[in-house]
Amino acid sequence: MITKRIIPCLDVRNGQVVKGTNFVGLKEIASPVELAKAYSKSGADELVFYDITASSDGRDLFTDVLTQTAKNVFIPLTVGGGIRTLKDFDRVLKAGADKVSVNSGAIADPSLIAKAAKVYGDQCVVLSVDVKRVNGQYRVFAKGGREDTGLDALDWIKRGVESGAGEIVLNSIDTDGVKKGFDLEMLAAVCEITSVPVIASGGAGCIEDFITLFKRLPKVDAGLAASIFHYGEVSIAELKQEMLKNAIPARIVKE
Amino acid sequence: MTVIVDYGVGNLFSLSCSLNAIGEEVLISSDPQVIEGAERIILPGVGAFSDAMEKLRASGVVQALTRAAKRGVPILGICLGMQLLFEKSFEYGEHEGLGWIEGEVAPIPAKGLKIPHMGWNSLSFGEKKHPLFAALQEGDHVYFVHSYAGVNCDKYVIARTEYGGPVTAAVANGNVLGCQFHPEKSGEIGLCILKTFCSFKEGDL
Repeated sequence: MITKRIIPCLDVRNGQVVKGTNFVGLKEIASPVELAKAYSKSGADELVFYDITASSDGRDLFTDVLTQTAKNVFIPLTVGGGIRTLKDFDRVLKAGADKVSVNSGAIADPSLIAKAAKVYGDQCVVLSVDVKRVNGQYRVFAKGGREDTGLDALDWIKRGVESGAGEIVLNSIDTDGVKKGFDLEMLAAVCEITSVPVIASGGAGCIEDFITLFKRLPKVDAGLAASIFHYGEVSIAELKQEMLKNAIPARIVKE
Repeated sequence: MTVIVDYGVGNLFSLSCSLNAIGEEVLISSDPQVIEGAERIILPGVGAFSDAMEKLRASGVVQALTRAAKRGVPILGICLGMQLLFEKSFEYGEHEGLGWIEGEVAPIPAKGLKIPHMGWNSLSFGEKKHPLFAALQEGDHVYFVHSYAGVNCDKYVIARTEYGGPVTAAVANGNVLGCQFHPEKSGEIGLCILKTFCSFKEGDL
């Protein structure tokens, strides 16, 4: 049976892993390559690397980190952050990414999804969406959650999937960093309208949050989190064991 | 040394990294002579079947692969590379493949399930485990990303997975092998499979 995926997310700035709360107050943590190796060993099913540097020096450092990771870690790697053109796709795919996640770049140029899907295949294009409730509507935010685009999230996701996005990462800004659990209501709304895999992001604080996610929303394919894994608050190996105990299909890595 | 066939389709970087990690020397080549003379061959591939076959034919690689296959050189097709081994595919029309595995490539009939079949799924080997999977156990997980799969190929199937019904996960016909999943992205289990493949020599299978 296909397993539910557990995905640690590494925000990388100037070659270091960072994680903030509600997208602000960034704090540097550790070497991304070492962290990636450790996660792979403990049973992470996939890794997401977000490039949150603005400078071109930082971008080069990021590409190096990615290549070093691809040489040492043999699970799927998704890359996001600063992806605006097909050239950006090309750069990160050549450096070792398997999938590329678009967010603000697709909002600025919605044709990017279709163009990339045509060249690299639907399976390669991940649509990452930062969503916040505004006046009772799920609203898409851009630029790391700072800018309200006015777009309705469900419409935007539908359009993205029609254009060729092969996977959706739904990040609830409302629950991000709060550690009180995933945004089940928002996720249920998205699962209702899409036929491609959905990755839940934002809000996990403990193992139980993942169990609740997969039990309550069987259509969700994966759970993504960052700081709880980085700070060791949740061990992926223990999480996987707990999933199995709760009859949630999970892949266990033997030591 | 293993030659990875480069025909402009797919990302060869991860594959060569994973082979390097198990200590295998790798040559990425599109030269028919190099391919024909290879010790072992991996045929990768991501993308559309018809484009891939066209590129293989246009570059003269098909003849080189055919001669190597006849000589008994171990050949491993991965993902689309595996699908190319079949007689034909129904992806966007009907297209002729290499024809080394009797059967066709058709959409996964996963009613109500998400397509592509993407993620980690378990392998079952049936009664007799193929040497390629010697180091694996029933139920080990590997990473899949595909919307089409091999059908009507029962006698060549060496591993299946389950996705709304049995799905062909790996095939073998003598020295010609194919994995629908990505061993290069399947963690330690995947590296084990590649290591076993790289232990095969001409005439072993």
